[in-house]
Amino acid sequence: MQIDSRPKSFRGGEIGLVAVLALLCIFVAAQTIESAYAFPMGFGALVAAAAIFATFQRFNGRAAERPPLEIGGLPNYNFAPVKVAILFALFWGLAGMAVGVIIAFELVFPGLNIAPWFNFGRLQPLHTSAAIFGFGGDVLLATSFYVVQRTCRARLAGDLAPWFVVLGYNVFILIAGAGYLLGITERKEYAEPERYADLGLTMVWVVYLLVFLGTMFRRKEPHIFVANWFYLAFILTIAMLHVGATLAVPVSIFWSKSYVLWSYVQDAMFQGWDGHNAVGIFLTAGFLGVIYYFAPKRAERPIYSYRLSIIHFWSLIFASIWTGPRSLHFTALPGWTQTLAITFSIMLWMASWAGMINALLTLSGAWDKLRTDPVLRMLVVSIAFYGMSTFEDAAMSIRSVASLARYTGWTDGAVHSGALGWIAFASFGAIYCLIPWLWNKRELYSLRLVSWHFWIATLGIVLYITSMWVAGILQGLMWRGYAPQGALQYSFIETVAAMHPFYLIRAIGGALFLIAYCLMLYNVAMTITVSEQAAPAAQPTLQPAE
Amino acid sequence: MSSSGPPHGGSLFSGHQLLGTNPVYLVIGILVMVALGAVAEIAPLFYLKTTLEAVHGMRPYTPLELAGRNIYVREGCASCHSQMIRALRAEVERYGHSSLAAESMYDHPLQWGSKRNGPDLARVGGEHTDAWHVAHLTNPRSVAPQSIMPSYAFLMTTPLDARELVANIQTNRQVGVPYTNDMVANAMADLRAQVNPDSPEAAALLKRYPKAVVRKFNRMAADITEGDALVAYLQVLGTLVDFNLYDDKADLH
Repeated sequence: MQIDSRPKSFRGGEIGLVAVLALLCIFVAAQTIESAYAFPMGFGALVAAAAIFATFQRFNGRAAERPPLEIGGLPNYNFAPVKVAILFALFWGLAGMAVGVIIAFELVFPGLNIAPWFNFGRLQPLHTSAAIFGFGGDVLLATSFYVVQRTCRARLAGDLAPWFVVLGYNVFILIAGAGYLLGITERKEYAEPERYADLGLTMVWVVYLLVFLGTMFRRKEPHIFVANWFYLAFILTIAMLHVGATLAVPVSIFWSKSYVLWSYVQDAMFQGWDGHNAVGIFLTAGFLGVIYYFAPKRAERPIYSYRLSIIHFWSLIFASIWTGPRSLHFTALPGWTQTLAITFSIMLWMASWAGMINALLTLSGAWDKLRTDPVLRMLVVSIAFYGMSTFEDAAMSIRSVASLARYTGWTDGAVHSGALGWIAFASFGAIYCLIPWLWNKRELYSLRLVSWHFWIATLGIVLYITSMWVAGILQGLMWRGYAPQGALQYSFIETVAAMHPFYLIRAIGGALFLIAYCLMLYNVAMTITVSEQAAPAAQPTLQPAE
Repeated sequence: MSSSGPPHGGSLFSGHQLLGTNPVYLVIGILVMVALGAVAEIAPLFYLKTTLEAVHGMRPYTPLELAGRNIYVREGCASCHSQMIRALRAEVERYGHSSLAAESMYDHPLQWGSKRNGPDLARVGGEHTDAWHVAHLTNPRSVAPQSIMPSYAFLMTTPLDARELVANIQTNRQVGVPYTNDMVANAMADLRAQVNPDSPEAAALLKRYPKAVVRKFNRMAADITEGDALVAYLQVLGTLVDFNLYDDKADLH
């Protein structure tokens, strides 16, 4: 046992950082002449003040020594930040999906728009941010902090740092999301937050990287487990993309508005690059980390092939970056970038399927568990959707397909088969695994409810993606439809009217997915409050790092 | 090949031991792999001549148009409206000449969009009258019964907040938009002149910003509203480059 025997005193940075933040926020909130900007700044000041209070409380309550790294030869894991991140993820999942259902219905019944805060244009980025960065991001924070400790057999690095990452990240999402409703946005797809929020995220992300790396340096296993490669690639690449895509000059510190450094094709490239890789890296590399840990763990089988993991990992992160311009065919972006993007998209498809096969064959000898374990079923179906989405992405990168699909509902369908089928199911599987492990329960409150969740959500996905495929192809064909006389056959508004039934089916599909999600919330709440405690020895057995 | 642990000896994969056991090497390896694609695709865009074509007619936005563009950005119009006409026959016939990269050279950031719940707006300037735009923004269903667009009636009654407009123009200059000292100094006068065609400043505005549309756009209110700014921006979209003069082979040598 390692004991730090210094007398109890404030640790470096315990107070300094939050005090500076609070002063800055109060200063800006008092000075700004823009009422919308006063809200995020005032909220930031409140959070900083609360953080100062919490730090003092924590100081009073804590021992003089740092928590031991090991107790009785076993790692003394720090799971409290993981628990909080999971709860945040559950909250953002509800918010993101609920807003998604609302905007889907707004497209069916435009009377539902409530100007100005709840108009489609302001809610739509809130939906994507809450779902991708709120729900997805918190799942990645929670699982990465869990997996890196377990597979390194080491306590999470840092004392306040993990809390700064988890809480700071969620404050960033809240401030950014509220900003969209108030009209504060850069309106770069998947990089909407204004500069002041982006700066906050940059600080959080650097600390995230340090905590993750610091834990890896403490590891007791010689080998770094595969899932950690993916998490590390996700953290590093998002840092690079975030800084590149959000370099902007603010009008003044008392004003929320800023202007992005780039314009022209450079900005198009950065946007295509960031927009694509927000999906390609954030939602793929990160969640492959989730799958590479939780699927073998739940199936109680080793990963099928270590070599295939190596091939999958390096080819995926290499090829993914090149595919940014693939959604910009026939635009003013130079043709050579589009051609490169197609080439690498096809290669990326191969790389992705190597990973899919590796993950699916991990089930060898355990396929019977799909019948009895709905959590494993969710994880496996998410892997299947991963394969389907990566194929669809490759197909849609081909010029002739893109010319039809681009700008239509097909892109909604493609994005959501990935977002709901792959990302959300992988997240649900991981959360269903983690809840009993973290709260030390014997098992989930109800596996039957998990099964209901799975089937209702699957029905929702099927309604969503099939309606959007049909809608997208129909709309694309109508836009290019010619009358026998040689003129365009349909006015634009006719193509809007033709979408009405499909938008309705899509909204119903989304609502089903949301209802199924509520079953999960109930199940999780009951597991935490009602389920039987696990016997002390029933901690999950340690998996050797590979 | 169904080994679950790291392979040992004699194969290409044994070299991976180095990366698989050392976080520092792993970090370097990842950074090199992702940087390759990024550098190869982005760096040339800053110097290739064919990419950076200069097109006659492009000018910075007038103060009113810039304010309108900021409202377009704030309301998230790009969620449903693209500003990118692709070089496809059906699109060119529906919307006009395919969009040139240079047409978004002063857009920070550009609003190309990715979804068309409504039509492309890259060349909407001059397509409709101001009165149509005001009626359409106030109640889209009044001019297109099947429209699914939200109502933006509040823009027509909200006065334009121009307190930071000069700072906005200066910031645009910092990121590379060629606003002159003259333009910065006269920004507030130009703002008022653009909705007041009879004022003596209107001629100076047109000299600084050729092809600017000078009209009272929103006749539902006497003072300058957010609606004036947005309609002024919509009315200039795609009108600056004269395609009778544009030579699409000119930059290919």
